[in-house]
Amino acid sequence: MSAARKPSSALRDPRWLRWSLLGVALLFVGLFLVLPLLAVFGYAFEKGWGVYRAALVDEDARAAIRLTLLVAAIAVPANTIFGVAAAWLVTRYSFRGKGLLVSLIDLPFAVSPVVAGLVYVLLFGAQGLLGPWLAAHDIKIIFAVPGIVLATTFVTFPFVARELIPLMQAQGSDQEQAAITLGASGWSMFWRVTLPKIGWGLLYGVILCNARAIGEFGAVSVVSGHVRGLTNTMPLHVEILYNEYNGTAAFAVASLLALIALLTLLLKQVAGWRMHREAATEDAA
Amino acid sequence: MRRHWRRHALPGFGLTMGLCLSYLFLIVLIPLAALALKSATLNPAQFWQAVATPRALASYRVTFGCAALAGAINLVLGPLLAWVLVRYRFPGRKLVDALVDLPFALPTAVAGITLTALYASNGPLGRWLEAAGWKVAYTPSGITIALVFVSLPFLVRSVQPVLEQLEPDVEEAAATLGAGRLTTIRRVILPTLWPAILTGFALAFARAIGEYGSVIFIAGNMPMVSEISPLLIVSKLDQHDDAGATAIAVVLLLVSFLALAAINLLQLWTVRRRSTEAR
Repeated sequence: MSAARKPSSALRDPRWLRWSLLGVALLFVGLFLVLPLLAVFGYAFEKGWGVYRAALVDEDARAAIRLTLLVAAIAVPANTIFGVAAAWLVTRYSFRGKGLLVSLIDLPFAVSPVVAGLVYVLLFGAQGLLGPWLAAHDIKIIFAVPGIVLATTFVTFPFVARELIPLMQAQGSDQEQAAITLGASGWSMFWRVTLPKIGWGLLYGVILCNARAIGEFGAVSVVSGHVRGLTNTMPLHVEILYNEYNGTAAFAVASLLALIALLTLLLKQVAGWRMHREAATEDAA
Repeated sequence: MRRHWRRHALPGFGLTMGLCLSYLFLIVLIPLAALALKSATLNPAQFWQAVATPRALASYRVTFGCAALAGAINLVLGPLLAWVLVRYRFPGRKLVDALVDLPFALPTAVAGITLTALYASNGPLGRWLEAAGWKVAYTPSGITIALVFVSLPFLVRSVQPVLEQLEPDVEEAAATLGAGRLTTIRRVILPTLWPAILTGFALAFARAIGEYGSVIFIAGNMPMVSEISPLLIVSKLDQHDDAGATAIAVVLLLVSFLALAAINLLQLWTVRRRSTEAR
């Protein structure tokens, strides 16, 4: 787009302005983004590879990694199925209250993570609405894995739907109409027409959802109870190690999370690039 | 379009509607209703007492003040970064562009401990700043730094697409009419960016007032001085004061709803202004 258009001289900033804006921007990025990113790895390897490795193979660290993966493996698919269904509903039909539905889907983004944890404590905690009933039936949700899954699902709720709604709106439904007219069943229309069309956009949303699910701290911290080896996710394990003045181990676990973040940025870039290219070829056709 | 749909209704309306509504109610609406129910157990006087203690008031000052300051810093640097990314060509531009999303991707606790290590009095940045007389870690300055990090992408990402879509004609016209480059930027480009800048600011502010993970490590968490409202909610919960925690949560929720409602009004206003201009 703008990259292809060679700017005329009237649109170019004077040299001094270009250099100073570029300088300020790069200084800001260097100080606020690059330096912290490098620092995570720097602090993690401060005491050498042996200490780094020991922090990661530690029993509690491994339990935290397992729990984090388990929570993401439940929350992300659940929100993905919901996101696809919600995007289909919102972009393919007109019905009353659609605007309200879209706002409600975005609602969790307006809620502080701590408040997201709090609402589940109010519902399922010992003093909560369902607390006595749960206690009588010996079901533990708060300070246990189900609470962590629920809180994570809450904070990652909108990601997939939010990516898909504008994409599917822009794509329109002509191809699906054609498939149905030609006698395709609903499911085969979905698998053969819709899913290939939204593939990269869906991946984009899933990547963001997954990154947040793995890294969520506030909401999970409220409902977890911080039981080592049982209800500690990776970010919570980082906190415990850090507060015990075991900085190197904290940064070692943090460096794993930072690697996942870098991978997320890379995949996101690829998915975004493919999405734009597909949209561009479709426009050209 | 709409008539077309009715003739060949696509399958799945009942299924997706049922799925969406039940999931929405189970995961989001019923839990949030618990918040409303809990705060309804307090009468207005009790509610007021819970939200207006000196410690709570101090936490709002810290939370909203630092969030607004961080937003204001990004209000200048975010659009500047977007401008550089859209208009200038320099080696590593794509990398910088990708890195802007780092605060979205990096877990907040990781950001929190890293910023603390960097800005603590023995850290590589903190050492210099402290020698210059500016203590950052364990003060509201530290909270602001963490919030600048967390809310940085919002300002860049809301301004960037608008800059990319900007038509060169107006700028060319301004230049032809003899306007200097700075005047063109100030009088022609900035006015078209304002709605996007304010939207980004409101999103950043709403995110920053609820932020917890990146802040608590660097904040010092001293009641009355550097304690943020989300932390106050957590400490009330730890003392089994569920009602008190709920009351403060309601205040936080209301403020972020107000910020987001302001964006919607702003967008409505922008659309209306565009349509009158088009006429």
